[in-house]
Amino acid sequence: MSDASVDPRYAPTAAPKKSVKLSWSDPVFRGLVWQVLIIGSVIGIVWYLASNTSTNLANRHIATGFDFLGRVAGIPIGEHPIAYEPSVNSFGLALWIGVLNTLQVSVIGIILATILGTLIGIARLSRNWLLSKLAMTYVEVIRDIPLLLHLFFWYGIVQTLPVPRAALNPVPGLFLSNRGIRFAELVWEPAHTGTLLAFLVGLVLTAFVSQRATKVQEATGIRPAVWPAALGSLLVLPLAVWAIMGAPFTWEAPTLRGFNFQGGGTLSPEFGALLIGLVIYTAGYIAEIVRSGIQAVPNGQVEAAGALGLRPGLVLRKIVLPQALRVIIPPMTSQFLNLTKNSSLAVAIGFQDFVSIANTTLNQTGQAIEVIALIMLVYLSISLSISLFMNWYNKRIALVER
Amino acid sequence: MSATVSTKLERERPPALTVGPAAWLRSNLFNNWWSTAVTLALGYLLVRWVVGFVDWGILHAVWSVPSKGPGIADTSACQAAKGIGACWAIINDKWRFIIFGRYTFDDQWRPAISIVLFVGLYVVSAMRRFWRWELGLIWLVTLTIIFVLMWGGVLGMEYVPQDQWGGLPITFILSTFGLAAAFPLAILVALGRRSTQLPAVRVLCVVYVELVRGVPLISFLFMASTLFPLFMPVGFNPDKLLRAQIAVILFAAAYLAEIVRGGLQALPKGQYEAADSLGLSYWHKMGFIILPQALRLVIPPLVNTFIGFFKDTSLVLIIGIYDLLSAGKIALGEPAWQPYGTEIYLVVGGIYFVCCYTMSRYSRGLEVEFNRSIRR
Repeated sequence: MSDASVDPRYAPTAAPKKSVKLSWSDPVFRGLVWQVLIIGSVIGIVWYLASNTSTNLANRHIATGFDFLGRVAGIPIGEHPIAYEPSVNSFGLALWIGVLNTLQVSVIGIILATILGTLIGIARLSRNWLLSKLAMTYVEVIRDIPLLLHLFFWYGIVQTLPVPRAALNPVPGLFLSNRGIRFAELVWEPAHTGTLLAFLVGLVLTAFVSQRATKVQEATGIRPAVWPAALGSLLVLPLAVWAIMGAPFTWEAPTLRGFNFQGGGTLSPEFGALLIGLVIYTAGYIAEIVRSGIQAVPNGQVEAAGALGLRPGLVLRKIVLPQALRVIIPPMTSQFLNLTKNSSLAVAIGFQDFVSIANTTLNQTGQAIEVIALIMLVYLSISLSISLFMNWYNKRIALVER
Repeated sequence: MSATVSTKLERERPPALTVGPAAWLRSNLFNNWWSTAVTLALGYLLVRWVVGFVDWGILHAVWSVPSKGPGIADTSACQAAKGIGACWAIINDKWRFIIFGRYTFDDQWRPAISIVLFVGLYVVSAMRRFWRWELGLIWLVTLTIIFVLMWGGVLGMEYVPQDQWGGLPITFILSTFGLAAAFPLAILVALGRRSTQLPAVRVLCVVYVELVRGVPLISFLFMASTLFPLFMPVGFNPDKLLRAQIAVILFAAAYLAEIVRGGLQALPKGQYEAADSLGLSYWHKMGFIILPQALRLVIPPLVNTFIGFFKDTSLVLIIGIYDLLSAGKIALGEPAWQPYGTEIYLVVGGIYFVCCYTMSRYSRGLEVEFNRSIRR
């Protein structure tokens, strides 16, 4: 065919060049104008507030900057996971202890709330009428009462506990009194560290053996037994290490001396009330998430698995849970974030979490802007790390489609 | 032919244990030994707890105490019953303080009417026949009346400064105004976050929403109480309630924006394209086609957020505003009443529960109603 037969109308032509016209009818130009206007007014407002602030700061003779972090804090802190002396250490260290306290209560709270919430969520689905109705009542009542009221209530209850002299002693080594919870603690020795390391090695070994078994199963259809290797590496190996290193085992029980207990581990009443309140409140939400997640798995899946001859345990592990988790994980993430942010209510009952110490710092130094910026920074980083981790986990368990 | 109907078939009765209450008990409470054990254990605990509560809360309770003098109660009866019976006398003595705070005693009919107006506003807003644009007008008028009532200073009502307000009206004001004012802002932010034409505005909205959702409400309230005075021009110092209110609005707007965005995303793309093909401008498209459908879709989660904020307004206690919970806490501050926190918390918790439970039942009913068209 000659070139002449090609209809010039069908010849590929370049798309018309987009040019920004300076006209209100051009959407690109309109967009630009709007953006300049909006961003400009936001910058204007910020500028106005900033200039007001600098005038006010100058009037009050407050110098800005983070120099105050190096000054001696003088804030007494009841619970500090690392060494701290109010008359020596700086505001920076005091704030860091606050971060550690927040993390401590959040991590323990998240673990306990997940366990309790899952149990209640499953109880809600129980075929036992009484159990499921009680679980439902729990969820309804707990979720409709402000967290702050929960905290006050539990703090009130903890404070009505008897004095240390008459402390409750429900199990040997555990004492409940209005000075907090005292419990017997294992005296930590190098042998225990060794045992722990051996256990971690055992975990890696077991995972390795299990992976090999899966490969063999995929190739031959028969799964070699994993449990002897698991037993050996998880139980026998750590025990052997412990025995070789002298098998030390001593409990340090709290003893009453004067008006309070000495020795053993301790949880302050504030920490206890905060933890109980957070766990009970958040568990109500987690229970609903777990329930709806499990209910989201169609019944046909369970029946199909049964038809294939899977045992009930396997059905739960291989069929129901992986599918339910996909529904559960995203809302669960936001509950974990909520619990972490809610732990800031500690300030109301006097547990010294980050917000509480930051607030004291603010009152002592008057560095409002810096302290509030620090609060935001710390919570943003915690929130971001939790969501990054949960997003990673979510991606790992997500449905892999074509 | 007629011979075939000679014998009447007797219908056989079902076995006794498959119908009626006995069967229900068997299948729901005593299905197997495990279920039976759980039922018995829980039943025992429940009965014991209910008997204990009735014993403590009703049979041995102290309902009122004599007064020793003006404003001082003689709580010896309560002290005698400590641990055995509840001291409801504290509620009897303090209920007006808990509900109305420090509001002038003789003028407390004004906050009382405000509460009634608030409840009426909620009820009207909950009815679907009022879901039209006029509802905004109703809100505006009612909220204005409430403010006039609370503040006074006109129509012969005495002026009551804001720092004397307290109790339930504060809880209602903070949550209702917070959401009413946050809602328009939230719609703008959600639209900004979805816009394709304005990337800079989108980034601005994303940063705002994520920043606010990443930090606790408390830090916002602290900001309101300490930073806000710094931001304002010299000599201008808005009162504490207004500052807290602005913090709640800015905080709530970020959460509401995410919900509205969910509604915008849930709407089928065809709706947007259809509006575009009709040649509607952006605001006409949003105002007449997209938002009316999207907002309707998100009413249940909006109600749930409202419940959350209704509870969260109790946090203003930390910056020294007397809402319902703080009024209860202050009532406990009196030495004579100090040991009876449980009673106060039960009552205050009961008020919160009634409000939140009603709203959550409503939101669930609405959800069922909305899903009726897609469920068979």
